Amino acid sequence: MPFVLSAERERKLQEILGRYPTKMAAVLPLLHLCQEQAGCTGDDVVEFVSRRLDVSAAHVKGVVTFYSLFNQHPVGKHQVWVCRTLPCALRGAYEVIEYCEKRLGVRCGETTADGKVTLRSAECLASCGTAPMMQVDKTYHENLTRERVDDILATLLR
Amino acid sequence: MLKRTDYLTRAYGKPESWRLSTYERELNGYEVARRVLSTMSREEVVEEAKKANVRGRGGAGFPMGVKWSFMPKATPAAGAAKPHYLVVNADESEPGTHKDRTLMERNPHACIEGCIVASYGIGAHVAYIYVRDELHLCKARLEGAIEEAHAKGYLGKTPFGKDYPVEIYVHSGAGAYICGEETAMLNSLEGRRGEPRNKPPFPANAGVFGCPTTVNNLESIAVVPTAFGMGCENFSKLSALHDLKDGGVRLYGVNGHVNTPGVVELAVGPTLRELIDDIGGGVLGNRKILAAIPGGSSTPVLRPEETVLAPDPKSPLHAWHGKSVFDLPLGVDTMRGVGSMLGTCCVTVIAEGTDPVWCMQNLMQFYRHESCGQCTPCREGSGWLERVCEKILDGKASMDELNGLYETANGIMGNTICAFGEGTAMPALAFLQKFRPEFEAYIRNGHSRDNARLTAIPWS
Repeated sequence: MPFVLSAERERKLQEILGRYPTKMAAVLPLLHLCQEQAGCTGDDVVEFVSRRLDVSAAHVKGVVTFYSLFNQHPVGKHQVWVCRTLPCALRGAYEVIEYCEKRLGVRCGETTADGKVTLRSAECLASCGTAPMMQVDKTYHENLTRERVDDILATLLR
Repeated sequence: MLKRTDYLTRAYGKPESWRLSTYERELNGYEVARRVLSTMSREEVVEEAKKANVRGRGGAGFPMGVKWSFMPKATPAAGAAKPHYLVVNADESEPGTHKDRTLMERNPHACIEGCIVASYGIGAHVAYIYVRDELHLCKARLEGAIEEAHAKGYLGKTPFGKDYPVEIYVHSGAGAYICGEETAMLNSLEGRRGEPRNKPPFPANAGVFGCPTTVNNLESIAVVPTAFGMGCENFSKLSALHDLKDGGVRLYGVNGHVNTPGVVELAVGPTLRELIDDIGGGVLGNRKILAAIPGGSSTPVLRPEETVLAPDPKSPLHAWHGKSVFDLPLGVDTMRGVGSMLGTCCVTVIAEGTDPVWCMQNLMQFYRHESCGQCTPCREGSGWLERVCEKILDGKASMDELNGLYETANGIMGNTICAFGEGTAMPALAFLQKFRPEFEAYIRNGHSRDNARLTAIPWS
């Protein structure tokens, strides 16, 4: 079935289009809106954005594959990103990742069998002064301890 | 001497510090924008800004006022064909950098007020603040601030009653470090892959949408109201490095192996040692310092044993000749003088006992992941650097492969469209040169990283 944007998001898109002198500039904002709705930016979304903004599907696909936050395939209900870059690694990021893998029963990059959580490592999330940290959906969890990780994961798996 | 200031951070701890009411009450908010728009001409704003000696806070350290002066004099109002744009770089993604986030979260109105003054100075009516997508709270705070400023008549068609329309929009990235490079950011803003452009043309001539554009780091913009508020020359003189045209106050960060990591506002010119001891509360577990990365992962690592070499009395660094680089004031030119860079001046501290080979591998993994792939030396070189580091850590590399890393890194330098190449090669070369025995030990003994550590105290 072809992808269609919800009425509310369509209104948001209208407002976004007013911000830029070209339609192409709305490619990233519109992809974000689509992903918010569909969970990922598959080929149906690429086709939709291409038609909606009058840019080629090849261009849109190129954009989707360039940026790491556009999911080309379906992912879990919740996104867990653990920062693994040096300032976090110096304060235990690798241990946090290993611990999450153990608790969730998946390897980094995989989704739990019930489809609830996708665990991934992230490159620096600008939280170096409060390391180690993880991003869960839109929220940062900083100064992580084993106990905090337990709490966070328990809430997600509930 | 460490000189703490609180021009930007005064309201940081206050309840609802991000509200307009707090900004107006605590920081005299929007008085500067009101005065600038009502009493100054565009040219006067640029001349005044130059006196602040604000060296770009994003890492390259280019003087902000001078950058503003590159914008064409004619604007659409004066008959030019193309509009001008201000693009604010809030893509904070350099490993070790965590300062801009605090401004957006806790003092977003300073960013908005700075945008108004800067837009007026460069002849722009639209400003885009490009924020990395992950910083959802920052985006919400900025959008809230824009809404509040609009409601008060500080933005829109006639800000402060002046017939000079200003609109500010927040634009989300989508997870790509390279979009912090100014021309990659412009491509991304246009809805393209974030691939850097060849320069020239420079953004001041042909920037976003082919129009004259100024790209400034978010902190550079946020400090504008402070500088104009006290007079830009007075602002510059707060710095210990005013004579080196490195003025004012800025946010310094400390992270890694210290007891109390965080971000503080200081007059420009503290030393690494002061940051580590006074702000960072010393090294975790009372260890000695192995090394420090002065301002984000692209700035070459420094060791406390290194000394400043400036025997020439005319050298601006002569006063520190023979002293440890950790006792040299942190400034754009001082750090350059010792073969490193100030970068974003958020320091990553590495304690003794940490494996520097693993540190380098960790960073090279970052660069391999983030290379945009346009230029062969960077795309292939960053992958090569990471793979060989990995092989060394597994105890499987040869001395030839270790020596080949220098060639790979040198082959990236100067051979790429943007500075990402140098940003990968310079830290790689610094690690290789300054920790050669540690790299060799892996190869001579054929051991793997089984006993290597990155943490100073176990995570619990």
